[in-house]
Amino acid sequence: MSDLPAHVIDNPHLGTWLSVADGLLEVHVGKVELGQGILTALAQIAADALGVPLPAIRMVAAHTTDGPDEGLTAGSLSVLQAGPALRHVGAVVRALAGPSEPVTSYVERVAALDPHTDLTSVAPAGAAETRSVGRSEARLDLPDKVLGRPRYLADLRPEGLLHGRVLRPPSPGARLVELDQGWKATGVELVRDGSFVGVVGEREADVDRALEQLRRDTTWAEEDSLPDEDDLPAWLREGPHEVIEVVDEGAPDEVALTASYSRPFLLHASIAPSVGMAVWRDGVLHVWSHSQGIHALRDAIAQALELAREDVAVEHVENAGCYGHNAADDAAFDAVLLARAVPGRPVQSRWTRPDELTWGPLSSAMTATVSAGLVDGRITGWAYDVWSQGHTARPGFRGTPGLLAGAHLAVPVPMPAATDPPLPGGGGTTRNAVPLYDVGPRRVTGHRKARTPLRSSAMRALGAHLNVFAIESFMDELAETAGVDPVRFRLDHLTDPRAAHVVETAAHLAGWDDPLPEDVGRGLGFARYKDNGAWCAVVAEVAVGSNVRVRRLTVVADLGTVVNPDGARNQLEGGATQATSWTVKERVRFDRRRVTSDDWERYPILSFAEAPLVDVHLVESDAPSIGAGEAAQGPTAAAIANAVHGALRVRVRDLPLTAESIVRAIEAQE
Amino acid sequence: MTELTVNGAPVTVASDGDTPLLTVLRDELGLVGSRFGCGQGLCGACFVNVDGTVMPACQTPLGQVAGQGVTTVEGLSRDGTPHPVQQAILDRQAAQCGFCISGIVVRAAALLAEEPDADADRVAEALDRNLCRCGAQRRIIGAVLAARDLT
Ligand code: FES
Ligand code: FES
Repeated sequence: MSDLPAHVIDNPHLGTWLSVADGLLEVHVGKVELGQGILTALAQIAADALGVPLPAIRMVAAHTTDGPDEGLTAGSLSVLQAGPALRHVGAVVRALAGPSEPVTSYVERVAALDPHTDLTSVAPAGAAETRSVGRSEARLDLPDKVLGRPRYLADLRPEGLLHGRVLRPPSPGARLVELDQGWKATGVELVRDGSFVGVVGEREADVDRALEQLRRDTTWAEEDSLPDEDDLPAWLREGPHEVIEVVDEGAPDEVALTASYSRPFLLHASIAPSVGMAVWRDGVLHVWSHSQGIHALRDAIAQALELAREDVAVEHVENAGCYGHNAADDAAFDAVLLARAVPGRPVQSRWTRPDELTWGPLSSAMTATVSAGLVDGRITGWAYDVWSQGHTARPGFRGTPGLLAGAHLAVPVPMPAATDPPLPGGGGTTRNAVPLYDVGPRRVTGHRKARTPLRSSAMRALGAHLNVFAIESFMDELAETAGVDPVRFRLDHLTDPRAAHVVETAAHLAGWDDPLPEDVGRGLGFARYKDNGAWCAVVAEVAVGSNVRVRRLTVVADLGTVVNPDGARNQLEGGATQATSWTVKERVRFDRRRVTSDDWERYPILSFAEAPLVDVHLVESDAPSIGAGEAAQGPTAAAIANAVHGALRVRVRDLPLTAESIVRAIEAQE
Repeated sequence: MTELTVNGAPVTVASDGDTPLLTVLRDELGLVGSRFGCGQGLCGACFVNVDGTVMPACQTPLGQVAGQGVTTVEGLSRDGTPHPVQQAILDRQAAQCGFCISGIVVRAAALLAEEPDADADRVAEALDRNLCRCGAQRRIIGAVLAARDLT
């Protein structure tokens, strides 16, 4: 039975996936809702697989004890990984309890199945009818969110709830030197372990006030540990590095053009601060978290506190969108440490906005240098080097728990520098560092910084944002040198028909050759995410005045079979809009000691008035499904930069594309 | 003790006058529809309507709204019927994580009450103090315009 889905082999019991309550089929999945609509897409797949209409399904949030372990919800892999497992579960259930109509008696027969049924040893029924998959079903989680009902982790109010707050150090290198032994504040209890200090209390107003009092009453030893924010490319290139050889087919014989590109540190900047909730009760530690990987979080908590894994249970509860590894896991661990001081009482601990913007893992600054040979309009060789901090420090990375508060305990749990996902998983620093074009011999190398004063981890697209920005900007520069239209130049170097198709379609739909007013430019960017995911081309139309205004984005994506077309479009629109914000506005600010961009004024993101119109076109396909959430980021960045060049004839190679960086590029060009 | 009206019903609350209205709503009254996003008046997740003026509940001390009428997102739906802006957001699936939506609905509902002919630029301008990190801005503007046409 080697063709069984991996997640079924890992989670072979029927009861792990399916239960019955209130006359509904409850489907348990290990993938979690981050605002991307995954629970709805998986419900559609489960409904078809089980042979019932969508309303007969209820999705149950991921749980380490009561649901399957499906790893992380990341990398645009959820449908690809969880879909086959649900299809298999459904086919087994139909084989054992079919026919699936009428629904009521079918559900009763399902309820009578043995939850220990081994899914790997039952012959599944044949393929099910497709009824829900392919339809734009409405998101199951949205009514609660739009009508203001309790849905998010911070909305939970269990019996006996206490609120908690943790005082984070004032800067990354800081140590607590003084806090009066007898420190007191109204309505709270102090929790301290080394430089980890927090309060718990009955009322939110009390813990908020106590936190501010604690801030005034503590003394910290601080040090200057941060690099010069205005010289990040040089700092990134300083060793030591871990070297990542991606391909080495030799360097180009003769170099026609060389250019370097960069981007600053960026932030997830989730609209909600991270929250965790925990209770130590009857020998078991229960945790509620909006983590992307509740099993890894459970293992990390157990490792950090030397507990048995079985004595820790983690359940997923939604929070605002996170776009990768943000502070969710850290907030959960805060709650665990606070709750340890008040056994039997659940503690909900919420981060402050400044902490969310300064203490959550950042997405690393990056810089790249690319050179190529060019003969008679054809690229004849390609060399690419990229420098970055690592792009993953998720719980369990490098064998460590990787939870922030651990580093502040009296007996600290160390946090090494971030690393990268392995190359077959798409890499991190080198994600999308190899061009999909036919460029002759290629040499592509990543350089991951070994010492990192600023904590970094995974954010949507990882290194692909900078790598695609660099490659696709450079393709335009080469096309200009060759005197060829950039779309034509790309098509001349593409052999993959699905790639050529999205590029051609995007150019066509955006009216590539239509005239534009002065100060308005059009540019294109293309990539196949992770080299094995979605093909995506974006055309940006940009007006440049006192700043860069992205007016319109045309996004064309080939996602294979689309489970929920409107959901996929929503993901692409959101991804492209967020990438516009990264590309034209965002930059983490710091001095030599502290991260200073700690509120929405100092870390501005795209406003409603600045959001571009986004037209999304999905390529019709019946190939296997691939995720949409990270396909558009790199192509959008490149399309905007190429459009700025179109408008001004100025090549801006350093992000963000603000008035300031444009002026610097003009000066450099002159 | 402070008396005020919340979603049409008179309430008396025990929190001190300088407690942020948002904390009173969420923690004392259990109305968690107004979300905590920043606590600094900079994101709009907590917007409520106080006698016709939209304000950030996180930056509004309880004492300031004594005797006044506060409408939260929960108070916008009538007898289980969503407000037209909410209905339009659901119809057009104009959200991703939805965390920004409560404050946006409150702001957009106030705009349409004052300016029933607001166009896309006006809607965008009115939502200037609301942030959406998921990139749902354009869908949301479209939904507000659809709600306008519905009413
Ligand atoms: S939470 Fe009140 S404006 Fe952000
Ligand atoms: S939908 Fe997530 S912040 Fe707006």
